Amino acid sequence: MNKLKVAVALGATCAGCDVAILDLNEKILDVIEIVDFVFWPTAMDFKLEDLKALKDGEVDVGLYHGAIGTEEDEEIAKILRKKSKVVVAFGACANFGGIPSLTNMPYESKIFDVVYKESPSTSNPEGTVPLKETEVEGTKLTLPGIRKRADSLNSVIDVDYYVPGCPPMVPLIEQVVDILRVFVEKGTLPPKGAVIAGQDTLCKECGRTKPETISYTEFLSPQEVKEIDPDLCLLSQGILCLGPATRSGCGGLCTSMNVGCRGCLGPTDKVDDHGLKMISALTSLLDVEHEEEYTEEELDKLIEKIPDPLGTFYRFTYGVSMISKLHPDMEE
Amino acid sequence: MSTSKQEQESGIKNPDPKIVLFLCRWCSGKGADLAGTSRLSYPPNVLPIMVNCTSRIDPRFVVEAFLDGADGVLVTGCHFGDCHYKTGNYKAYRRLSLVAKLLKQVGVNPKRFRLTWISATEAAKFVEVTTEMVNDLKKLPPYWRNGNGGNTNE
Ligand code: SF4
Ligand code: SF4
Ligand code: SF4
Ligand code: FES
Repeated sequence: MNKLKVAVALGATCAGCDVAILDLNEKILDVIEIVDFVFWPTAMDFKLEDLKALKDGEVDVGLYHGAIGTEEDEEIAKILRKKSKVVVAFGACANFGGIPSLTNMPYESKIFDVVYKESPSTSNPEGTVPLKETEVEGTKLTLPGIRKRADSLNSVIDVDYYVPGCPPMVPLIEQVVDILRVFVEKGTLPPKGAVIAGQDTLCKECGRTKPETISYTEFLSPQEVKEIDPDLCLLSQGILCLGPATRSGCGGLCTSMNVGCRGCLGPTDKVDDHGLKMISALTSLLDVEHEEEYTEEELDKLIEKIPDPLGTFYRFTYGVSMISKLHPDMEE
Repeated sequence: MSTSKQEQESGIKNPDPKIVLFLCRWCSGKGADLAGTSRLSYPPNVLPIMVNCTSRIDPRFVVEAFLDGADGVLVTGCHFGDCHYKTGNYKAYRRLSLVAKLLKQVGVNPKRFRLTWISATEAAKFVEVTTEMVNDLKKLPPYWRNGNGGNTNE
C-alpha cells in the first residue's frame, strides 16, 4: 500500500494542536501505517528547508495549525500550499485566527510596546526590542516581521478542509484519519470546504436537560454557583455557555465538567458572526418571566457582569468576525 | 470631502454625517410622524429604517450599518412599559447595551451609537435627539466613508 505523504506545518501556534495529534495515543500507530510524515518540525527533526526541497504537489495532505501572525507564518503557509495536493486548516487558530487574532483589537496595535517595554513584569531599561535585522560581530541575524493582523489560514491561501477546535478533539482527528484511509484506499475525498466536525449546535449533543423556557437572573461564573446541577443546562443555571451558536463535535467536553462552552469549535454553518449571535441569544433569555420589573439601572448592572464581551464571545473567532472589520487597521 | 476653513475653525471634521436610525413603528414612529406633521425641522442626515419593535434589531444590523458607511447608528423605541409587544424594548435594551460595550472595545466612539426612548407625543425629543447626535458626529471624522475606519484615537 502506498503511504500518504503528510506535512504538519505551523504558524502562530501554542503547539497544543501537535499535542492533540499525539493524544491519539496508540492510535497514532494506525496513522503511521498509512502516513509518512515528510515534515513535522514539532515532533521530529525537520527544518523548513526540508519542506522547500519537496517537489510541488508531492505532499498529499498538508496540515497547518496556528494563526498567520508573522511574515514567516505566511511564507510557510504559501510553501505548504504549493507542495500539497490538499491543505487542511487544523485548530481554531488556523480556522478563525483563534486567540492570537485577539491582538487585532485596535488598542493592541501597541502590543509590541506592551510586551517588550510596558508590562509590569518587564524590566527593559534600555528598551531593547527584537529587530527584523541585527548585526552581531559582523554576522547579520534576521527575525520574521510581525504582521499587522493575526489571520486565519484561508485569508492567505486556499484551504480545502477545516478541522476546528482548540485543539481539535481526538474524535475529530480520528475522523481525519478515516478520511485519510479512504483517500489511500479509494482515492476519494470529502467535498472541498468540508468542516470535519458536527453540523448541529453543541446544545444538541451536550446531553444536559433543557427546560421548556431557559431563563436566568444573572450571568454567573461556575465558581459563583454553590451547587451546579450536573444534568441541567448550564445556561438555565445562569452559567455563560456558548453552546447555542457553537458547532457540535466535542460531545460537550467543557459542559460535562460544569464549565460553559467557550466556543472553540466556532459557529455552525448557519451563524456567520459567532459573538453577535450569542449576544442576541443570551440577552433574550435574561429573567424573561419578570423582565418588566427591571429598571435601566438594574439592567446595566446585569450587563456589567460581562465586562469583556469581545474576549467572551470572540475568544476563538475574532480574526474572521464581522465586527473585526470595523477595526481601523483594516484599511491599509 | 473638503472642509471649509470656517468648518475647521469650529472643530467640524465631518460636515455631513450619515446616521442610520432604527425606530419602532409604534411610539417612536408616531413621535417622528408628529415631528413631521407639526412642521418641526430635524436634520436630513438621518436615514430612518422602521421596524416593528426595537426587539427586531439584530446586533448585526448595527454592525452592518457601520460597515455600509454609516457614521452613527441611532435606535429609538417605546419607553419601558409602553412597548406594543410588552417587553420588546427590555430585550432590546439588554441586547444593545452589550453591543454598545462591544463596539467600544473594537474602537467605535460611543458617541456613534445611541439608544433612546421616544413616545408618540415626544416630537420635540425626536428633534432634540437627532439634532444632538448629528452635531456630535460633525465633530468626529467620518467613520468609514473616507477609509478612516474606526476612531479610537479621536
Ligand atoms: S487552536 Fe488552540 S491548541 Fe491549536 S494552536 Fe491554537 S491555541 Fe493552540
Ligand atoms: S447552553 Fe450549554 S449547557 Fe445548555 S444545552 Fe446548550 S451546550 Fe448544553
Ligand atoms: S464545550 Fe465548547 S469550548 Fe469546550 S471543547 Fe467543546 S466546543 Fe470547545
Ligand atoms: S414596539 Fe416600540 S419598542 Fe417595542
